Amino acid sequence: MNFEWLGRQFDNIVFLLGWHVLLAVAPLILGLLIALPLGWWAHRSRRIYPLLVGAAGLLYTVPSLALFVLLPLVLGTKILDPLNIVAALTIYTVALLVRVVADALDAVPEDTVQAAKAMGYRGYQSLLKVELPVGVPVICAGLRVAAVSNVSLVSVAALLGIPQLGSLFTQGFQLRFFTPIIAGIILCVVLAMILDGLIILINRWLTPWTPKVVAS
Amino acid sequence: MADTVDPQGGGIMMNYLFDPAHWSGADGIPTLIGEHLLYSLIALAIAAVIAVPLGIYIGVTGKGVFMIAGLANALRALPSVGLLILLVLLISPAFPSRMGYIVPSLIVLVLLAVPPILTNTYAGVRAVDAAAVDAARGMGFRTMKILTDVQLPCSLPLMLSGVRSSLLQIISTATIAAYISLGGLGRLLIDGKAQNDYSQMVAGAVLVALLALFFDQLLAFITRRVVSPGLTRRTVKTALPAGTVNTPATV
Repeated sequence: MNFEWLGRQFDNIVFLLGWHVLLAVAPLILGLLIALPLGWWAHRSRRIYPLLVGAAGLLYTVPSLALFVLLPLVLGTKILDPLNIVAALTIYTVALLVRVVADALDAVPEDTVQAAKAMGYRGYQSLLKVELPVGVPVICAGLRVAAVSNVSLVSVAALLGIPQLGSLFTQGFQLRFFTPIIAGIILCVVLAMILDGLIILINRWLTPWTPKVVAS
Repeated sequence: MADTVDPQGGGIMMNYLFDPAHWSGADGIPTLIGEHLLYSLIALAIAAVIAVPLGIYIGVTGKGVFMIAGLANALRALPSVGLLILLVLLISPAFPSRMGYIVPSLIVLVLLAVPPILTNTYAGVRAVDAAAVDAARGMGFRTMKILTDVQLPCSLPLMLSGVRSSLLQIISTATIAAYISLGGLGRLLIDGKAQNDYSQMVAGAVLVALLALFFDQLLAFITRRVVSPGLTRRTVKTALPAGTVNTPATV
């Protein structure tokens, strides 16, 4: 590792890290917001469930680099627009979470739903105050997978020239220089671990009734 | 111009794909598809040879379970682009010619393909109904016979779903490997970018997407054919051990 080079590049690396965080986290939040109603819809309707889960599976099949290249045709954006990356990763996040949300709601014990109804909760109240909170651990497990894979997928965008931590890889390749590559890998892994840890914390905060020690 | 994309350019984008000149020769589309498949299937075969026996061993004996969860999570966080470039810089000086790119690419592909097969094989073997194993033992089956006639057929659906995730991951990552001058369909994307030829990039993207979709559906079809009909009615979902999130993996 050439630490002198890292010192000189500090501002640039912080800039790339900032973009990486934005490009990985924005799709996670957008994807969750879109997947919640879709997953609820799939949970409610036996007819919609296979359709939505099947469509999600097909979308998940498209390789990321291909999706990054094809989205400008759909969105009318330029190929260097970071919006393509946000859109592509939002699609992946939704594709992953629709099924997770539906299965999380399916897994809520029938007794719990009945008890909520008996206590006077109406449909949406029961959903928001009972069913969704009970499903939080399952949704968070899916969210952790999405968060970690998003961080890795963002770096693929470097091959198209969109600046984020992946740019350190292409730079290192062009210069035949290990320092930026190793720094990029470490920062990606650390970022993924931090996001993963944050979701675990949010999960604990949202479900204070679960035992403190949870096997991860 | 790669920078300016005309949203109405559907016709222009297909020009590359439907130009007969691009369908023949050493860098024609059939050659690229062939290369892509060759690398992908070699990587899948190596990954399966490593992951299936290991997964069965861990599933049956319960040894090394900690490794499974850790490995799967850690490798998911590793950025494949960075790993690929790092290995190329490390390994390629030792190999002459194209092997200097093929060997590191295969290593990365295998590394990414092992965890889905390993975790699903393990989960599949674990999820086999203990009563079925006991019944087989009661009928006088030996350990090996229980494995081949009961445990493996029962865990086949999950195992194959792991193979499916792995193959998708491989096809995806093989595309990226074109950046370090490996062959395959990724060439169209990387060369198209270098030449500011958006129609070439779109052609590559469409072909890679179709290839992935085709192989995903092919494996889904194979799964339906080889899984014992007695197993298909059961919901595998509820039989999974806690903590196993079975998700597709794409890069």
